Amino acid sequence: MTTPPTAASGGVVTDSPRPATNKVAVIETMTTTPTPNQNQTQNQPTPAAEPPVCIQAREFNSWYGDFQALHGIELDVPTNRVTAFIGPSGCGKSTLLRWFNRMNDTIPSARASGTLDLHGTDLLSTRYDVVDLRRRVGMVFQKPNPFPKSIFDNIAYGPRLHRRYTRSDLAELVEQSLRRAAIWDEVKDRLNQSALGLSGGQQQRLCIARAIAVGPEVLLMDEPCSALDPRSTAAIEDLIRDLRHQYTIVIVTHNMQQAARVSDRTAFFYEGRLVESDETERIFTTPAHRETEDYVSGRFG
Amino acid sequence: MTAAPHDAAGELFELANRGRSRSRHVRDGGEAVVKVVLAGCAGFSVLITALIIGILAYEAVRFFMDVSVVEFLTGTEWSPLLGEEKRFGVWPLVAGTLLVTLVAAIFALPTGLVTAVFLSEYAPSWLRAILKPVLEILAGIPTVVYGFFALLIINPSLQWIAKVVTGEELFGAYSAGAAGIAVGIMILPIVTSLSEDALRSVPRGLRDGAYALGSTRFDTSVRVVIPGALGGIMASYLLAITRAIGETMIVALAAGGLAQLTVLPWRQVQTMTAYMVQIFLGDAPATGVEFKSSFAVAALLFLMTLLLTLAGYRILARFREEYE
Amino acid sequence: MNDETPQNLAMLVDRGEPRSQSRRRAFDRGFLVTCLAITAIAVLALGVLLGSILIEGLPGLRWSFFTEYASRDASKAGIRAPLWGSIWVASICAIVALPIGIATAVWLEEFAPKNRITAFIRLNISNLAGVPSIVYGILGLTLFVRMFGLFGPIQAPELEIGGRLYAIYYDTMQEPIRVPAEERGVAPVLKTGDVGFVQEIEEGADGELIFTDRWTPVTLTIVPEDEDAPEGYGIIEAWQAEEPADFETERPWYYIQFPLGQSVLAGGLTLMLVVLPIVIISSQEALRAVPGSLRTGSLAMGATKWQTTRKVTLPAAVPMIMTGSILAMSRAIGEAAPILVLGVALFITDTPSSLMDSFTVLPMQIYNWTSRWQEDFRALAATGIIVLLMVLLAFNAVAVLIRQKLQRPLS
Repeated sequence: MTTPPTAASGGVVTDSPRPATNKVAVIETMTTTPTPNQNQTQNQPTPAAEPPVCIQAREFNSWYGDFQALHGIELDVPTNRVTAFIGPSGCGKSTLLRWFNRMNDTIPSARASGTLDLHGTDLLSTRYDVVDLRRRVGMVFQKPNPFPKSIFDNIAYGPRLHRRYTRSDLAELVEQSLRRAAIWDEVKDRLNQSALGLSGGQQQRLCIARAIAVGPEVLLMDEPCSALDPRSTAAIEDLIRDLRHQYTIVIVTHNMQQAARVSDRTAFFYEGRLVESDETERIFTTPAHRETEDYVSGRFG
Repeated sequence: MTAAPHDAAGELFELANRGRSRSRHVRDGGEAVVKVVLAGCAGFSVLITALIIGILAYEAVRFFMDVSVVEFLTGTEWSPLLGEEKRFGVWPLVAGTLLVTLVAAIFALPTGLVTAVFLSEYAPSWLRAILKPVLEILAGIPTVVYGFFALLIINPSLQWIAKVVTGEELFGAYSAGAAGIAVGIMILPIVTSLSEDALRSVPRGLRDGAYALGSTRFDTSVRVVIPGALGGIMASYLLAITRAIGETMIVALAAGGLAQLTVLPWRQVQTMTAYMVQIFLGDAPATGVEFKSSFAVAALLFLMTLLLTLAGYRILARFREEYE
Repeated sequence: MNDETPQNLAMLVDRGEPRSQSRRRAFDRGFLVTCLAITAIAVLALGVLLGSILIEGLPGLRWSFFTEYASRDASKAGIRAPLWGSIWVASICAIVALPIGIATAVWLEEFAPKNRITAFIRLNISNLAGVPSIVYGILGLTLFVRMFGLFGPIQAPELEIGGRLYAIYYDTMQEPIRVPAEERGVAPVLKTGDVGFVQEIEEGADGELIFTDRWTPVTLTIVPEDEDAPEGYGIIEAWQAEEPADFETERPWYYIQFPLGQSVLAGGLTLMLVVLPIVIISSQEALRAVPGSLRTGSLAMGATKWQTTRKVTLPAAVPMIMTGSILAMSRAIGEAAPILVLGVALFITDTPSSLMDSFTVLPMQIYNWTSRWQEDFRALAATGIIVLLMVLLAFNAVAVLIRQKLQRPLS
């Protein structure tokens, strides 16, 4: 697929732009084993095998007006893995996520610098068609946002935008998408009823089905469970684990147990900087930084 | 007070108790009086409606003692002031009203919606900051001014265009079309600002969801935002049509004074409101059947607008529920 | 199954025939261009309309236009009467409509229980907002101008408050003499030595006679019917003293008669009916915009509902209420239809000085001038429109200023 990471194994620690303040060091975490195997990633991933990079951020900065929300982010998001973004409120993790499919384009004051590559192509480039980008990089939001349409039309909305389908193909696509999102059995008898009649958890799974119905490679999830009850949360987490090998998933979460449960890799953000990014297990057991340890052990945040 | 000198809480308590206590009865009594006065004011609005209905019904019944209801509602000839035999078939007036309203609606409803979509989905904030006040100014222009436009600018322009295009003198000095366009300009700000409110009340999340699936702005507007705001847009349409039907000064000046059944916008028509103007300006003795007929016309007009307003109210209520 | 599905799904997705991305983009662009074109055309049309009014009307905008009354001669006509009429009518309208409207809004938003009656009142108000203004004119005509005929005809009102009634007699100079009377239609008994009043007359600069508002007392002398009755002020022949020629009411500004007739009071009250629903709805919106935390904060300190409303909620809502009220008043100033229905005279050559005086308003005068065929009068109409729009623009400017100056963030 794409080129494997180029840096040497092990985390390369670079100083923060202003070492004098000595507040937060920026860690650039790279591969531990630079031998990606595509077949392995497709089927049975082993934690040791390193998949190719899907999204790569280099010297990435972002502003809202005069406020700098992100400082010098250096990050690799591996293909067909679940990457969790954690950190206290306002640390910039959602901002970064929203740059991955350029949802920030809809905010007039938002701008960015540096590079953000999707499979080696700069997705921030004005030449990169944002519509095409978002077809490839789907997103699920904090609050379930089904359209005030029927369940069927909610799923069919995206496919219809991009392609022309025969009736039967579309019906099959809708069914398979709903099956993938593990909600088919609950809604198969009422596909023509309004999606607003579903429960919050069902709505969120519907939104996931809607997102995968256009055939994306990447799924961005912005705190997808924060508006849901524990049971629906468990259902969504199961779903994420189910989808992990077919999609590159990036999930922003406030819930550290959730990050530990569902993700392969975890990136910890603090005050607009990426403090460290590593295997989830390592972040939660032997983090390299004090801030990370304090945060994951619940001492602040 | 038994509190120790440096017991701050006790000191505060003592200070608070120093004021002379107010009578609870005075306070509650005043509260009751205020409540009754306020409720009375609210009741006044009900009284107004009751009076309108009562007066119109009373006068209409007196009119129908002279003229049969059947003739009024089914007749196709309206000639209360001219000719040997007075005819009171209301259809020409209703048709005139509907023709002017139709022209206005064809002009204003699509334009208003497109402008609203532009304002809420496309326009940068600085352009909004200019266009919104322009709309407010448009909405504040008295209708008699639009009547002036219709009679002295729009109608002559239509005359000229029709002559250039068809080579015939289609338009006379008055026309339903000119009045209709002016009424359309008048209701345009209503459609735009109410539709825009409806569009903006569609939750941001829906737009985000649509964009995240790879929608263009156009896709998002047409397939998600407009369907989502349909109730509010319909309500704005109904309200605008209500205003168009009840509009008086524009049609009194520009639509003409001849009650005739026609669908041709270059003909002159008399609308229900224009007929009332003609009567109340003193073309008929205040005791004659012609004078009473204007009350029957007013009653019909009131009924039409009442039904439209009620429909709009229903739709809007359901629309608001959807996003609460 | 689960392992197959991804490929399955990707295959399914790919089955559709791709839509042209460039076409989709073209649609998006095309729509934007259409929007801009429509907006440009609308702004242009507005410019043309206002421009044509300026071209037609500006030449007539002289000082004399404001000081002259209506005239059959277009070159001498002015808008003094309708301008003052509009001011009187709008003031009365504001004095009555604002308290009632705001009180209704306060009751609905702060006090009303949630039940069917309240729901009905809400529905009723939004319905009132949709009633055509000409229908309000009919209500005003019946309710205020004629008062259902309960107090007799307009010309001979049966109930008068605050005015002084005089009987008019003519003396041997053929000058009118007025004598205080008790009741309309009942002649006072005149005796020699009674006091009557003669109107003072001045001679104008051009030698024309000007009747002033001043009345001089004069002692009456009743003389028998006689061909040689002496001529002089206050000398009334017996046959003329028996029956007054007319009755007349001197009207201080607070004089009121029932029925109200085509008076400024009737006009103002009719416009009140038109704008009341607007005032109510905009005030409701203003009150609704006050955050609930302010109210709960006040209530939590033990304040009653009314104390909370008066000291916390209303002050916070005042800027928005004022903005809405000003816009409602500008609507009142622009309304012609309801005033027209009242049957006000089109040709007024005096400014109102009491609540019962006859009047006309700016939009009526503009309507009157526009509906005439002569070019000159249409130019006058354009000039009138300029004045009317300037008044409304001033109103709007005040509203905008209030919005900017008074509106502090509430939360």
